[in-house]
Amino acid sequence: MKHFINIIADPIFSFPIFSLLFFAMIKWYRVVGTKKFAWIFLAISVPVTVWFLADPQFIKIILWPDNIPINILVILIVFLTWFPLYKAAENDKRLEQGLEPVEALPENREKVWAWPNLVYTELFAIIAGTIFLVVWAIIFKAPLEEPANPTWAPNPAKAPWYFLGLQEMLVYFDPWMAGVVLPGLIVVGLIAIPYLDTNPKGNGYYCFQDRKFAITGFLYGWLVLWIYLIIVGTFLRGPNWTFYGPFEYWDFHKVVAEYNVNLSEFLWLKWLNTSMPKNIFVREALGIALTFAYLIGLPFISLKTKFGKDLLEKVGTMRYYIVIFLVISMGSLPIKMVLRWLFSLKYIVALPEIELNL
Amino acid sequence: MSAKGLADKVRDTQVWKSIFRHGPPNNSRNRAAVVAGNVFLHLHPIKLKKSGVQLGYTWCMGGLTFFIFLALTVTGVLLMFYYRPTAEYAFNDIIALREHVPLGIMREIHRWGAHAMVITVWLHMYRVFMTGSYKPPREFNWGVGVILLVLTMLLSFTGYLLPWDQLAIWAITVGSNMAKATPFAGHGGPGAALAQIGDFVMVSDKNDVRFQLLAGRFVGEPALLRFYILHCVFIPLVVGVLIAVHFWRVRKDGGISAPL
Repeated sequence: MKHFINIIADPIFSFPIFSLLFFAMIKWYRVVGTKKFAWIFLAISVPVTVWFLADPQFIKIILWPDNIPINILVILIVFLTWFPLYKAAENDKRLEQGLEPVEALPENREKVWAWPNLVYTELFAIIAGTIFLVVWAIIFKAPLEEPANPTWAPNPAKAPWYFLGLQEMLVYFDPWMAGVVLPGLIVVGLIAIPYLDTNPKGNGYYCFQDRKFAITGFLYGWLVLWIYLIIVGTFLRGPNWTFYGPFEYWDFHKVVAEYNVNLSEFLWLKWLNTSMPKNIFVREALGIALTFAYLIGLPFISLKTKFGKDLLEKVGTMRYYIVIFLVISMGSLPIKMVLRWLFSLKYIVALPEIELNL
Repeated sequence: MSAKGLADKVRDTQVWKSIFRHGPPNNSRNRAAVVAGNVFLHLHPIKLKKSGVQLGYTWCMGGLTFFIFLALTVTGVLLMFYYRPTAEYAFNDIIALREHVPLGIMREIHRWGAHAMVITVWLHMYRVFMTGSYKPPREFNWGVGVILLVLTMLLSFTGYLLPWDQLAIWAITVGSNMAKATPFAGHGGPGAALAQIGDFVMVSDKNDVRFQLLAGRFVGEPALLRFYILHCVFIPLVVGVLIAVHFWRVRKDGGISAPL
C-alpha cells in the first residue's frame, strides 16, 4: 500500500488525479457542499491522516519546523474549500426558488453598532491570535541551521515555502518563464480580474451557478496550480529536486534517468532523419510556429465555439482577448507538464544561443 | 464601595474626562461618540451591516492579517535592538538571542507570525474572491490588496535572509537567481544578449536586476544590508501607506461587501 502511494504521489499521476478530483468537485459541488459530505470526508480523512503520520519518514518531513505553516495551511484549505461551496450551494438553491441569498435577508442587512459588535469581535480575534502565536512560538523553536557558507550548497536548496510552487515550475519551464513572466502574469492577471469580470451577479454573497467560469478558473489556479505545486515542492522533492514519495527515504544516490528531447531534435533528427540546420531560427521554426499558433490562433479558434462566442458577446472584444490570453498562459503549465510526461519533451522552442527556451 | 460605584468615580475624575470625552457607551449617542472620537476606532463605521461582523462571511482574515502585521512590527522592533546586519555579527546575534535571553520567544513569534501572515493574506484574498467582493465599486481596492499581498511575500522573503544561516542564504540564492533570468534586464535572460553595442555589453552580471537586488553578484554582506533595510524600513513604510489606502477605501466603497 505504501509503495503504491509512493508511486501515485508522483506528479505524473497525482497531477491528473488531483485535476480530475478538482473538476469532479466543481461538477458535483452541490453534493460536496453538504454537511453530510463534510462529515463523511472527515470520518475517512482522520484515520488516513493518522495512518500517514505513523510513518517515520512522513512525520519527519511534516515536523520539519518550516513546514509547520504549510500543514496548517493545508488543513485550513481543505475546510475553506468546502465551506464556500456549502454556502454557495445553499444560496444557489434559494436563488433558483426565486428567493434572495442568505446574506440579503433582512436580519443580515440590519445595521448594528460598531461598538460593541465589531470592536468586541476584534478584541476576541486579537486575544485568540496572540494566544495562537505565543503557543506556536513556545512549542516550535524558530529553525536555525549552520552559519552561512557560500562555498557549500545544501541539497536540496529550497526557496521559502510560499515560492515553492514557482520553484516546482522550474522543472517544466526555464527561470525566465517560471520565475519572472508567469509570476508577473499572475499579479497582473489578479489585479485585472475586476475589470475583466463584467458579470454583475454574485457581488457580496456566496454563489456558484451565476459565476461558473470565474470561480472555476480562479479555483483551478489557486488550488491546483498554486497550492498543489507548493505541496509537491515542499513534501515530495528531495535532493537534486528528485521526486520522493511521502514514505520514501531521501536517498542522495537516487538516480532518475531523464532524457528530455527538444521539439527541434524530434523534427530534424527523428522524423526527417537529417542533421540540424545551421540557422537557429530555421531549426526552431516548428516550435516558433506552434507557439504563435497557440498564442494567436487559439483566441480565434475559440471564437468558433459556443463558449467563445458567449464570452465575446458578454465582455466585448478587448476583454475577450485579454481573458483568453491569461487563460492560455495559465494553461501553458499543465500542457507543458503533460508533454514532458508523455514525450519527454524538453523545450518547444530551444534557443539557448539567446537564452530563449520555451 | 461597589465596583460600579468605583467605576463611576473613576469616570468622574478630571484625568479620565480629559482622555475620554464621552460617557460610557451604553446609549446610542455615546456609542457613536466612542467610535468617532477615537483615532484608532474611527477606522470603523459607526454602524455596519450585520453580515460584516459574521465570521461565516468575513472569515476575519483581513483583520487577522493586520493584527499579525502589528505584532510583527512590535516583535521586529524588539529584535532590532539585538541584531546587527553584518556577516560577522548577524548569525552570532541570532544565537545570542536563543541562548542568552531567558524564555525568549520574540524571534519565534516573529518568524511564525511572518508565515502566518502569508497564509492569512492569501485566505483573505480567496474569501474576497469567493464572495465576489472585488466587483464594482471595489475594483481599485482589490488591486491595492493584490499589491499588499505581493509586498507581504516580499517582506517575508527579505526577512528570510537575516538569520544568515545556510537556510537563509541558499533560499535567497535560489530566489534571486530568478531575477537574473528577467527578459532584457537580467544577464541570463532572453534578450540580454541583444543589448550589446560592439564590445560594450549593456546587461551583464555587474549591472542587471539581480545585481541591483543583491548589491553584488552573489548573496554576500552587501545583500544582507540591502535586505535588512528593505525588510525593516522600506517595505514596511510602503505597506503602511497602502494599508491606510486599503482601509480608507473599504469605508469609502461602502464598507464590507454585502448584496447590492
